[in-house]
Amino acid sequence: MNPKLIIILVAAALAIAAPFFVYPVLLMTILCFVIFACSFNLLLGYTGLLCFGHAMFFGGAAYITGQILKTTSISVEVAILCGALAAGLLGLVIGQLSIRRQGIQFAMITLAFSQLVYFVLLQMEFTGGENGMQGIPRNPLFGLVEVRDSFSFYYVILALSAVAVFAFYRIVHSPFGEVLKAIRDNEARVESLGFDPEKFKLVAFTLSATMAGLAGAMKATVFQFATLTDLSWPVSGEVILMTLLGGLGTLTGPMFGAAIIILMNDHLAGFGEWALIGQGVILLVVIVLFRRGFVGEIGALMKYLARRGKKPSAALVTAKPVVEQSR
Amino acid sequence: MSIHAEAIRAPDVANFEQSDNVLVAEGLTKFFAGFAAVKDVNLSVRRGSIHALIGPNGAGKTTCFNLLTKTLSPSSGRILFDGDDISALRSSQVARRGLVRSFQISATFPNLTALENVRVALQSRFGAAYHFWRSLTAVAPLNKRAQELLEQVGLADSRNVAAAELSYGKKRALEIATTLALEPIVLLLDEPTAGMGHEDIEPITRLIKAAAVGRTVLLVEHNLSVVSNLCDRITVLQHGQTLAEGSYAEVSGNPAVISAYMGGIDE
Repeated sequence: MNPKLIIILVAAALAIAAPFFVYPVLLMTILCFVIFACSFNLLLGYTGLLCFGHAMFFGGAAYITGQILKTTSISVEVAILCGALAAGLLGLVIGQLSIRRQGIQFAMITLAFSQLVYFVLLQMEFTGGENGMQGIPRNPLFGLVEVRDSFSFYYVILALSAVAVFAFYRIVHSPFGEVLKAIRDNEARVESLGFDPEKFKLVAFTLSATMAGLAGAMKATVFQFATLTDLSWPVSGEVILMTLLGGLGTLTGPMFGAAIIILMNDHLAGFGEWALIGQGVILLVVIVLFRRGFVGEIGALMKYLARRGKKPSAALVTAKPVVEQSR
Repeated sequence: MSIHAEAIRAPDVANFEQSDNVLVAEGLTKFFAGFAAVKDVNLSVRRGSIHALIGPNGAGKTTCFNLLTKTLSPSSGRILFDGDDISALRSSQVARRGLVRSFQISATFPNLTALENVRVALQSRFGAAYHFWRSLTAVAPLNKRAQELLEQVGLADSRNVAAAELSYGKKRALEIATTLALEPIVLLLDEPTAGMGHEDIEPITRLIKAAAVGRTVLLVEHNLSVVSNLCDRITVLQHGQTLAEGSYAEVSGNPAVISAYMGGIDE
């Protein structure tokens, strides 16, 4: 059997069995941030765009999904998707306005927009301002199945996450994804080949915003409240940390990065402020010693070992007459 | 490196009538903060020729080249491609019309394999480039053509190697394969032999010669021996202006050109 398939099946089995052993809310939190990190990875890791305001999509979708669930009887999964789509729409608008800028300018503009969204939502009546939006109900799934307890709701979140991870994988390994990676590697060259890089970046930004919105909407239904914290710039910073920790531009790295950070926050919660210092030290170590992130370093090691193992046989293969190459 | 000149596909040879000059610049001028890097340059590139843009350091060659490829916008003057004014177009638009450039620093996509590098270029005319919901089997029909292009530049064995791991000479060859994927009418090469040892120059020169069959090539080049055995026509720039235009024999006999090069040594 294909080793990739085995890994996927094992991961699926673990994910299905997990709530029997681990507190479901913790698992759901991890899943929300895994999806959030994937959305960020799509931009920074695969398109080369550093968005410093990703929290606006995460937190914004949380409020919208919360408001839908509080004021209507729309089923929970539809409300989550509405939140994600709203974030995507916001992404489209903000992308239009900022995508022409590059590098640090782009990062600063997205940060400015996210602060704008923060203060607008702070002032709006329905968000509950400083108090946040409390008591978001989990309306029945498909309007039929009760999912009020965390154990059953975990499987809803798991299913949505699985779809999101598959979507992420599909985008990265699509004809579009191939052009995105080319833009990340050399934007001027892509333009000289007849593409409009800005249009590709705008589509990527919109997709990423939608996925970040999905993560935020899920989080609002998990905790049953939405707060300004989800919108604030430290959340934008945290997702950068997760991505770098796990391995920028690797498929699974940021997912592990998200899981590591959430677990760390959970375990170190008792230490208060010291948890942040611990996080800072770990980030420093990763930046200095493991520049590719955890998953990136493991991948590089495997590649290195494979190459060392292969060398003698590779020499045999190339022994047949091939086109001579200078140098 | 093996090259199959006849195998590199020529664009529509039937379109070769109309005008003699495929690319024309009229009164091309570019100011940088008040300084005229290129001043009133007139240039005409004959269809089917290999045309070189030369001149001492700081003569405005690269600026002129970037203007022609629309990487920069001219301050004044106009550029005609196949009789159409392209002065206001973007570089991606002129690329789609068949005016395709290479870069001085080897411009590959380092994290993509050689095959993917060429396939990305083929995608620009394929129409699935925005299909983010489809798997890569959607672009599988392009693999055959990509493989052919790699074979033409002698990279058939490196198809699955990341571009970053290729040698410098192979990177330049890959870049040419990528550029040819667009079936350009005019190929614009920015110092194709820059930074190369002589052992790499010869194969690249042959590659350019092969690629030029059935199309027009304009190149900026420092190496005069490459220019002399490759190019039909030469434009010499100095201080941002056209100093001379003609065949290698005409230009190299021109006293103004000789003094520009002699005087330009310590520039």
